[in-house]
Amino acid sequence: MPTPDTHHSPKNLRHNYKRYLKERTIELLLFLAASLSVFITFAIIYLLVSESLVFFEHVSLWDFLTDTQWTPLFDDAHYGILPLVSGTAISSLVALVIALPFGTIIAIYLSEFAPFAVREIAKPFLELLGGIPTVVYGYFALLFVTPLLQTILPGLPGFSLLSAGLVMGIMIIPYVSSMTEDAMRSVPMHLREGSYAIGATRFQTAIKVVMPASLSGIAAAYILGISRAVGETMVVAIAAGMQPNLVWNPMEPAATITTYIVQVSLGDLPHGSIGYQTIFAAGLTLLLLTLVFNILGHLLRKRYREVY
Amino acid sequence: MQIFKPASGSSATAIQKSVVNKLNFYYGGYQALKNIDMVVHEKQVTALIGPSGCGKSTFLRCFNRMHDLYPHNRYEGEIILHPDNENILSPEVDPIEVRMRISMVFQKPNPFPKSIFENVAYGLRIRGVKRRSILEERVENALRNAALWGEVKNRLGDLAFNLSGGQQQRLCIARALATDPEILLFDEPTSALDPIATASIEELISDLRNKVTILIVTHNMQQAARVSDYTAYMYMGELIEFGATDTIFIKPKNKQTEDYITGRFG
Repeated sequence: MPTPDTHHSPKNLRHNYKRYLKERTIELLLFLAASLSVFITFAIIYLLVSESLVFFEHVSLWDFLTDTQWTPLFDDAHYGILPLVSGTAISSLVALVIALPFGTIIAIYLSEFAPFAVREIAKPFLELLGGIPTVVYGYFALLFVTPLLQTILPGLPGFSLLSAGLVMGIMIIPYVSSMTEDAMRSVPMHLREGSYAIGATRFQTAIKVVMPASLSGIAAAYILGISRAVGETMVVAIAAGMQPNLVWNPMEPAATITTYIVQVSLGDLPHGSIGYQTIFAAGLTLLLLTLVFNILGHLLRKRYREVY
Repeated sequence: MQIFKPASGSSATAIQKSVVNKLNFYYGGYQALKNIDMVVHEKQVTALIGPSGCGKSTFLRCFNRMHDLYPHNRYEGEIILHPDNENILSPEVDPIEVRMRISMVFQKPNPFPKSIFENVAYGLRIRGVKRRSILEERVENALRNAALWGEVKNRLGDLAFNLSGGQQQRLCIARALATDPEILLFDEPTSALDPIATASIEELISDLRNKVTILIVTHNMQQAARVSDYTAYMYMGELIEFGATDTIFIKPKNKQTEDYITGRFG
């Protein structure tokens, strides 16, 4: 083993074990840090699956997927996930109808039209909008948006998917616009110049060249928006009511998968009871839903890989 | 229309397509072009040469108002376009109208993320051409003029990125030609290409000289000598010498031009 003062001896071409050990230690620490997130993900999946298996010993998968009632805490218990899925789908759909178009329009403006100064001011404000706690958005929906909507739609109840979805949409706009703008800005300038050089306007260039070129990034932004809408909890818990109704009308109150989990987690159901087990089945459903969107996003990204 | 007789007499008398008068250009506070006077002859190839940073690309990009895309850029002086006899740098002139008639091909091939057909049809579509038969005819013509038709006629629906670098650059030339521009600007069109692709682009430029007025920036002097009828030598934002290519390359009047061309400098 070489000693430090052998610098000028012929031995200094050999391995320096001290350096080697140090490098290996650092590598190992980095590897452990990276493994931790993978480990936690698998731990969560393991917990959800194993606890759900207990649930599915009592309730058949068929009933879970087809029963139109979700009343696990009643004497006449039904375990159909559809009402929760419909609540999730409707509130998310309302949110996305707001968030995707507005997010895209804002991104196009900021990336292709806004002067430097405007962008420098507008972007931090947009990101601030994304930093507001969701509970604040929830009360904003319940105490401001719902009464406002009621003046236009007199039949609207105090809790509704419409109101929660609208506010959720506003909440998601910054995520969609920020990621979409990043994707569009990363399109190289020489591609835009090619379009301008044959007489295209800014708008034509944005729609026909920049957007197709950044499609994979835009798809990723949309998928993130969808995932956030599906997984959002606080706004719907506060403003949408918590009744698990199988509804397709956004003007009604309903529970979503997430709000049901909140409801049960806050209650004092005994661990191991079938009512308690339901939240794992619901959680697994939510995980699978978001997983589907993530895979979809991954496929889209591969399909429309950027090649400049 | 004015008639100009080139100094060397090697080319036939040519019509003036554009006249540059006392052109100054500023990137913010930095003056990149100084008091340039020049003439562009119709259906001739004019080469702009000079060392890196001499302003040749900046000068080229004045012709289709590319500098308007970025803030703090300022033009002074005139670029008169004939037969309109209008100063295209005037604030009353719409840069989009200018670019409709003066098109450009860039250093790096920059096809759009679209099919080969749609790349060439792009300029027509943004001008509102919708008829399939017209689009097909014009796209075929442009691809023929860019010497690319034979290679791509059976795969017009393929993504343009699947073409080789040289084919992509000819596609960009076809894209610029599809709308029948009066002047075509080339900004070092072969600097990202291999020697074989370069030769095909040079041949193409020679073929195009009878159809369209061409301005080409190049850092390759042999290229300028091969493809151009007129050459302008620029240095530090100034036009040092301009004349028929034969004259410039055989007996330049200016010592600086001679040093650059013979490789003693730059």
